Amino acid sequence: MTQILKLTINGTSQDIPIDDPRATLLDVLRERIGLTGTKKGCDRGQCGACTVLIDGRRINSCLALALSYDGAEITTVEGLAQGDLLHPVQAAFIEADGFQCGYCTPGQIMSAVALIAEGEAGLDPERVREGMSGNLCRCAAYAGITEAVLKATRAMNREDAA
Amino acid sequence: MNLFEYTRAETLDAAMSAATQDGAILAGGTNLLDLMKIGVISPTRLIDITRLPLHDIEEHDGGLLIGAMVRNADLARHPVILSRFPAVAEALLSGASAQLRNAASTGGNIMQQTRCSYFQDPLSPCNRREPGSGCAAIGGETRNHAILGWTEACIATHPSDLCVALAAYDAVVEIAGPDGLREVPMESFHPLPDANDAGPAPLQSDEIITHIRLPDPGGMARNARYVKLRERTSFAFAIVSAAAALEIQDGRIVQARLALGGVAARPWRARAAEKALAGQPPTEEAFARAADLALEGAAPSGDNRAKITLARRIAIRALIRAAAGTPDRLPALPASVFEGDCNG
Repeated sequence: MTQILKLTINGTSQDIPIDDPRATLLDVLRERIGLTGTKKGCDRGQCGACTVLIDGRRINSCLALALSYDGAEITTVEGLAQGDLLHPVQAAFIEADGFQCGYCTPGQIMSAVALIAEGEAGLDPERVREGMSGNLCRCAAYAGITEAVLKATRAMNREDAA
Repeated sequence: MNLFEYTRAETLDAAMSAATQDGAILAGGTNLLDLMKIGVISPTRLIDITRLPLHDIEEHDGGLLIGAMVRNADLARHPVILSRFPAVAEALLSGASAQLRNAASTGGNIMQQTRCSYFQDPLSPCNRREPGSGCAAIGGETRNHAILGWTEACIATHPSDLCVALAAYDAVVEIAGPDGLREVPMESFHPLPDANDAGPAPLQSDEIITHIRLPDPGGMARNARYVKLRERTSFAFAIVSAAAALEIQDGRIVQARLALGGVAARPWRARAAEKALAGQPPTEEAFARAADLALEGAAPSGDNRAKITLARRIAIRALIRAAAGTPDRLPALPASVFEGDCNG
């Protein structure tokens, strides 16, 4: 039986017919909407490559049954930049060389956006590393990733102050 | 993953009446979907309970009533949890990742399955997955397996950190079923294996956990910690862990709580140790004697004899940290053994 899934994805409301209830949110984003920035890594909630924001909170979209999130607002990596203007976290990952192959990067960036919004890590590198532990990087760009999150936190604090 | 029928329940009654013997309850989905993907379970119907009104945390009589759908991250950040039940926050934050904690529910944490790798491999004999088929873990890789309460039928451990803290705090699981409500203490919610099988399911297929009740911790509120030994300091299951809470007055322990994780098919409440600590001064010697009592009867279920020593040490360390007092802010690495603020 086809069921209609309503999602607001990066600000655009969509009705998505779902005829196979097994679809995860990750599958819907990549296969149905064509937003392939969100990556399928382990597909078991262990690597974080599929991280997206649901109603502002970071989750593993590979373990999110799409039908269960009917009505949700989703933000993917494609929804961060405003035109050519990168999100401060995206800019910081480039500045701090926070990646090598890039496959985990969209998940890292979405996780970092949420981490900064959660406001619990601040500028403590140990809390940043702990808060980012759900995102694996097999190129091991961790030093750059930590620096990128700290840079972005400082940049966003300045924006808030301005 | 097998095909299934998806039903979203709008009421508790609707959820219970939609339940079938071969169906499953979907809450956060972080364990259920994983098990379905690897073919360990194949429910023919998923009953989505995420819309049920079980998302609130209410204060009552100095304690808390926690809805089963409260997400792990929200529970860990709740001001009353942080101020009066800090070992719950520390246990939650020592487990999984931020992404998983945002999705995983309180009820689902309790209902999560063992991470025994033989349970997770559908080709291995497993009395827990397929009663009567045997136990491939015995003689296998047993680092994560039990040292207490196990039998030749099953040596699996329950992997939850949260449940260990909940058991220490005398939490009660509230369960709704077709015949009404029933309550089970957290410490005995998960059945232990018997001589022939892994033990009965903790819930009937048409029962649903609605709330967890935490009674007033009284004088233990700021002397409670969770300590967890794992193979890496974040995003790993416990090899052994311990939750400890103490009420100390005039240099003596009035009451003590101690529960161990990673050692049995349930969070292991160490009541003999607690009893021995009452009336004692909070010294390392007293904690060492208590830890001996906590591990009384422990036996390796395979090549895991080291866990007995490790669990004893982690119990002592949790008690030392509890006696030192809960820090105002949880450490950067919750429950880590690499914490420099005490001698444990």
